[in-house]
Amino acid sequence: MGISIILIIITALLFPGIVTFAKTKIVGRKGPKIIQPIYDLFKLFKKRNVYSQTSGIIFQIAPIIYFATVFLAAFFIPIGNYKAIISFNGDFVLFAYLLGFGRFMMILAAMDTGSGFEGMGANREAFYSLLAEPAFFIIFSSVALMTGHTSFYDIFNNLHIETALSYFVAALSIYILFWVSMVENSRMPVDDPKTHLELTMVHEVMVLDHSGFELALIQLAGGLKFAIFGTLIYNFILPIQNNFLANLILFPIVILIYALLVAVSESYKARNKMQKNAQWIITLSAISIVVFLSVLIITEKIIF
Amino acid sequence: MKELFIILISLLSLSIFIVPKKMQYFLMLISQIILMLFSGYFAFLAFNGNQTIQIKLFSILGNDVNIIADSLSAFFIFVINLTVFTGSLYAYGYLKPYRDVKTKTEMAWHYFNFLLLHISMLMVVVLREGISFLFFWELMSVSTFFLILFDSESQENKKAGIKFLIQMHIAFFILIATFLIISLKTNQSIGFDSLTAYFNTFPVFPLFLMFFIGFGIKAGFIPLHTWLPHAHPAAPSHISGVMSGVMIKMGIYGILRVITYIHTNLLSIGVLILIISIYSGIIGVIIAIVQHDFKKLLAYHSIENIGIIGIGIGFGVIGIAVNNPILACLGFAGGLLHILNHSLFKSLLFYSAGSVYQQTHTRNIEQLGGLGKKMPATALFFLIGAAAISGLPPFNGFISEFLIYGGLFKSLSNNNFIFTFTLLSGIIALVIIGGLAVFCFTKVFSIIFLGNARSKDTEKASEVKKIMLLPKLIITLVIVFIGFFPFLILKPLSILTGTFIENTSFLFNIEGIMTNISITVGILVVLIAILWFIKKQFYKKQSKTIETTWGCGYTGANPAVHQYTATSYANYIVRKAKYIVGVKKHFKPIEKDDIFPEKTEFETHSSDVFEEKTILKPVNKILNFLEKIAVFQTGNIQHYLLYALFFIFLISILTILKII
Repeated sequence: MGISIILIIITALLFPGIVTFAKTKIVGRKGPKIIQPIYDLFKLFKKRNVYSQTSGIIFQIAPIIYFATVFLAAFFIPIGNYKAIISFNGDFVLFAYLLGFGRFMMILAAMDTGSGFEGMGANREAFYSLLAEPAFFIIFSSVALMTGHTSFYDIFNNLHIETALSYFVAALSIYILFWVSMVENSRMPVDDPKTHLELTMVHEVMVLDHSGFELALIQLAGGLKFAIFGTLIYNFILPIQNNFLANLILFPIVILIYALLVAVSESYKARNKMQKNAQWIITLSAISIVVFLSVLIITEKIIF
Repeated sequence: MKELFIILISLLSLSIFIVPKKMQYFLMLISQIILMLFSGYFAFLAFNGNQTIQIKLFSILGNDVNIIADSLSAFFIFVINLTVFTGSLYAYGYLKPYRDVKTKTEMAWHYFNFLLLHISMLMVVVLREGISFLFFWELMSVSTFFLILFDSESQENKKAGIKFLIQMHIAFFILIATFLIISLKTNQSIGFDSLTAYFNTFPVFPLFLMFFIGFGIKAGFIPLHTWLPHAHPAAPSHISGVMSGVMIKMGIYGILRVITYIHTNLLSIGVLILIISIYSGIIGVIIAIVQHDFKKLLAYHSIENIGIIGIGIGFGVIGIAVNNPILACLGFAGGLLHILNHSLFKSLLFYSAGSVYQQTHTRNIEQLGGLGKKMPATALFFLIGAAAISGLPPFNGFISEFLIYGGLFKSLSNNNFIFTFTLLSGIIALVIIGGLAVFCFTKVFSIIFLGNARSKDTEKASEVKKIMLLPKLIITLVIVFIGFFPFLILKPLSILTGTFIENTSFLFNIEGIMTNISITVGILVVLIAILWFIKKQFYKKQSKTIETTWGCGYTGANPAVHQYTATSYANYIVRKAKYIVGVKKHFKPIEKDDIFPEKTEFETHSSDVFEEKTILKPVNKILNFLEKIAVFQTGNIQHYLLYALFFIFLISILTILKII
């Protein structure tokens, strides 16, 4: 039971390093070590806190709540046949709303600084996440319909029916989940973490004023979010492994591929024009409707 | 006994006019508490024994007027009493500035009407006999009208009050017509009880539609909502809280009561409720985002939440129609629980907003900012209300939405595909409403309470008196209780849902799920506490540094101006939903050849498209037409005599031709 959460935490610590490493290799530079982000975290934990004079208690407690919600959300994710610590019917609704609560607090924290830049970032975060949410829910409605179950564990346990269309469903779902994870983590093509102009940032600009312990928590939560989505994708790709060893080997491979994909897409894709982001994210929801339709065909509710 | 009680309450309420000014409030509070205890006792009896309590009051036109309380009435009595109680507690502090200005009679009239509203709402939910029901329904509207007019010095408030009164009477006449139709067709007395006979023989849908319009105007479903965003801001805040918390729910009560009599043709009714509700939910919250008057914003959120309640009820009805007990059970349970939840967090939000208004004397959020430091307790209560209304865990709004979600997801897999699509549309609607609510409440909370002050209005603001915080604390405790211990409310919910469906055992099957939610939010709180503690330990020795906010290295900017505004925050929605929110710009651009340009202004304001299309446009057309007719009104007595002559001439011609 505890194995899934341990694997997710390890992934969360290593993931940002892997992505950065791969990105530097793609552009042909010598990058930092893979465990450099962990060093950074330790450094941040040691650092002093600097607070904006405008900010109040919300600014200080929001990163803690944010991290707590993301960390708790990780408890919901099974890996293979290792059941999640918390699992019940409809758990993915609570999962999504928990992430929503953390986001709610982070938006308030950004607004608490009274900065125009951070307000802009907060505004974009609120808007993009509200557009991305339906995609996640439609995907899980589809698989809930397909399997007849409503918890992460049961869904993944019954997902792999061997028909051509079910592969199609899985592939499309993974495609959407991949891009939803990019939106959730504010990466390319919605947001560019490398950018140096406050006006064009989304997530980075929201945390401009955070420092020390709180910044460390925010970065750790970012890694955790990647790990959570990576694990979801892993569950979509592979049928349940009853073998502990198989899980232990296959899981890192899938996560590694996921990290490489993130790196590649960030290196070769240009960022969207800010105005076009909304359309681009809504497209994800539209594609997820296709998943839903395919599931209707698989379950023979629409017959041609 | 009952005669004694009626005399006691009448005496108490009338003596409000006699007693000295200081005593009036307490007299009202005492009367209300007596009413609460009395009604609460019967509600408890009805609910606990899951039975129908019946007391004969008197007879009109040969019909017995009985007080009939079943579990549905009992639930509404509970919601009414709770909200009215917190409302009148809050009124003590909120009305303090008014007590110095207003005369004794004005204050007495206000208290008296508050009492009348309470009585009439209680009576509405326990009466089945038509004439007395309509009497108290009308009394409810009229007393609310006078409560709205409390601040009648401003022209705008007067207009809002009259708008409310007119629309309520349209609803009232539709209801009278509906009851009369039933009575005529069935040859039975006017009242709910003749519905059974009517629905057995005549088509269900048209009559339900009439009921839905009549009750829906009260509830504020779009496009019947146009009184709502005007009346709520005009009323004093404790009244807004009660209006939004329970008064508009009387419309929902009416619809629910009618549904209990319908056993055929439920599918079309469910679909009707569902479509209107989804529509109200999404459009209500989108229009809310654009508002800058925080009480108007909250008023539009009432429409959104009525939408969520309607989604629950709609799926409940559909569930009965397609014989799907899980969907019926969870749909009704979610919708009914949301009635209670909304009355809690909406009154909390209105009371907090009222405190802000009392301290700053403005309702325009663009004038506010940074109040969190000056009014920390109010800010905390508003934050809890905001998180709860956005449906976020660990608060109560999540529980009712989760119940509806649960019903939808559970039913997805075993039905035909149009049905599945309906369920999916419900899921997507709930997700979108939730996301937009988060968008809206991050906006309103952060603009009012966070950042820097935007104008001088906030300078004198300070935390309100403890007595004004007490009602908010009571509400918050209930909110947190439902959010943290959802498994405890399943039993009352199952009794309540039993009014509509026979088999509510499914609610007990989800006890495990609710316990899991409870555990999860428990862990969340512990986790936050641990992290906070670790942080405190970490930074015990180190001093923290206070610096200015990062502004690209530029620190000279005026902190009030350098912030994000509500207008810019809402801009995304304004651009994407321009056909719904109808934002208009008023701007006189500077001409090219203006060498010495004069001072010019830029102004935008949003208008409710539905109000324009359904109310303003037709009314304007009628007005134009009437103005044209007014050419006959010359003011010349000879002309008027001529008209009379024409009329007599016309009548005689028609009589000769035997047309009349």
